[in-house]
Amino acid sequence: MQPVLDSIALLGRSGLDKIAAIGRSGMILAHAIVARPDPVQSFPLLIRQLYSVGVQSMIIIIVSGLFIGMVLALQGYTILVDYGTEQAVGQMVALSLVRELAPVVAALLFAGRAGSALTAEIGLMKTTEQLSSMEMIGVDPLRRIIAPRFWAGFISLPILTMIFSAVGIWGGMLVGVDWLGIYEGSFWANMQNSVDFFDDVVNGLIKAQVFGLVVTWVAVFQGYDSIPTSEGISQATTKTVVYSSLAILGLDFIMTALMFGDF
Amino acid sequence: MDLFDDIIIDIKQLTFSRGGRYIYKDVDIRIPRGKVTAIMGPSGTGKTTLLRLIGGQLKPDSGSILLDGDDIPRLGRSELFDVREKMGMLFQSGALFTDMTVFENVAFPIRVHTQLPEDMVRDVVLMKLQAVGLRGAAQLMPSELSGGMSRRVALARAIALAPALVMYDEPFTGQDPIAMGVLVNLIQKLNQALGHTSIIVSHDIKETLSIADYVYIIADSGVIAQGTPEQLQQVDSEQVRQFMLGLPDGPVPFHFPAADIATELMEGH
Repeated sequence: MQPVLDSIALLGRSGLDKIAAIGRSGMILAHAIVARPDPVQSFPLLIRQLYSVGVQSMIIIIVSGLFIGMVLALQGYTILVDYGTEQAVGQMVALSLVRELAPVVAALLFAGRAGSALTAEIGLMKTTEQLSSMEMIGVDPLRRIIAPRFWAGFISLPILTMIFSAVGIWGGMLVGVDWLGIYEGSFWANMQNSVDFFDDVVNGLIKAQVFGLVVTWVAVFQGYDSIPTSEGISQATTKTVVYSSLAILGLDFIMTALMFGDF
Repeated sequence: MDLFDDIIIDIKQLTFSRGGRYIYKDVDIRIPRGKVTAIMGPSGTGKTTLLRLIGGQLKPDSGSILLDGDDIPRLGRSELFDVREKMGMLFQSGALFTDMTVFENVAFPIRVHTQLPEDMVRDVVLMKLQAVGLRGAAQLMPSELSGGMSRRVALARAIALAPALVMYDEPFTGQDPIAMGVLVNLIQKLNQALGHTSIIVSHDIKETLSIADYVYIIADSGVIAQGTPEQLQQVDSEQVRQFMLGLPDGPVPFHFPAADIATELMEGH
């Protein structure tokens, strides 16, 4: 009987721990969002974080976007050419990127590049007592450290997603038009006719905005809540990438169903 | 005049537990204003925890911690940050901000809490760095400093806003004799020159007793002895004598609790 009771107690304790963690992460998000910004001090911090979180993620986003666009065009061409509809490659590349691939892949790359870096940075600041010393100086680390990083991630990801889409479409054109010889006029005209600004572009950007919120929230929380040891930081960075990736894929399905599902 | 005529911190009936174990149980501690008070005791007795309780980074299970009448555990988040402007803390690791130069580290609290023009901030920072002997290191990054230098920069940062209370967490640990002598000297001189209250948490007996006005020895979830350094030399308790003389075995056992060694060795056969 005792082992069964112990198992139930363990399950209960782990459930309580999870609920407490969700509560703590909610508190952190609330502080980051509600914190009254002081423009003189907050703006330079935000700019610096936009650089390290956003600008420094551009290389991986551009290179990945280019190759994904090129591969899409190549795969699309080999299928569509059998039906004589290879002019639709532009439309296929653009819709795939704008609706799905750009928000999802950019968010996954962002979680791996910027999310893990945010977690490790904040976790190390905790381990080396920098967060504690900031508190003792009378400065709230949630406002000074967490808030600018959160907002930087939230702002950066939609912009990175747009760059991903643009570069991907350009990559698709390089392969489709310049290499495989699709007529340039039909490549662009089909794309223009089929891509709707609100249904496709805006919905894709809404997805990117939601992913930006989730990935950055997970990253800053995991760093702030990490166990201040080398093993703790390693676990926290792993959790950031795993939880963010799962959240991105799960939320993408839900949002796709809501935005594009024809029920 | 009695040392305790004017107290800055009054800790009453403090109880704090962690993982089901009492770190403090019904402890009373008073810190006299403008003096150097040492909190001493063996490792793991909760000395650093006491500083974190005073700083409001931990909340006690019960009891009060009054800093000039403000009950720290009962303050709201923003009030707590306001009260912390009266405190400076020197962390064991120094805890300098690694993305800032030495100058920027010391300027940080001044820029955040005052509206001083930049040329005045510069003057104040250089004076603080001069006080700790590191004006020449102003443009170095924390990674370029030795452990002793890091602590001196952290000390300059802790006193940047001339706080009423400066707390030192193990300031002498891991320092070579020269760096240790420099730090002892600095803590004493700064305390006299600036008139703030100092709390030193340490287990370096000789160095700490040389500058302390009053000492609390902590063990077994409470205060086992207190007094001036002279009074403590006369204490008859075996536990206090073991600590003061640095004896390896005594009431605080050398061995962690375990089964009899002969029995345990035989079990393997």
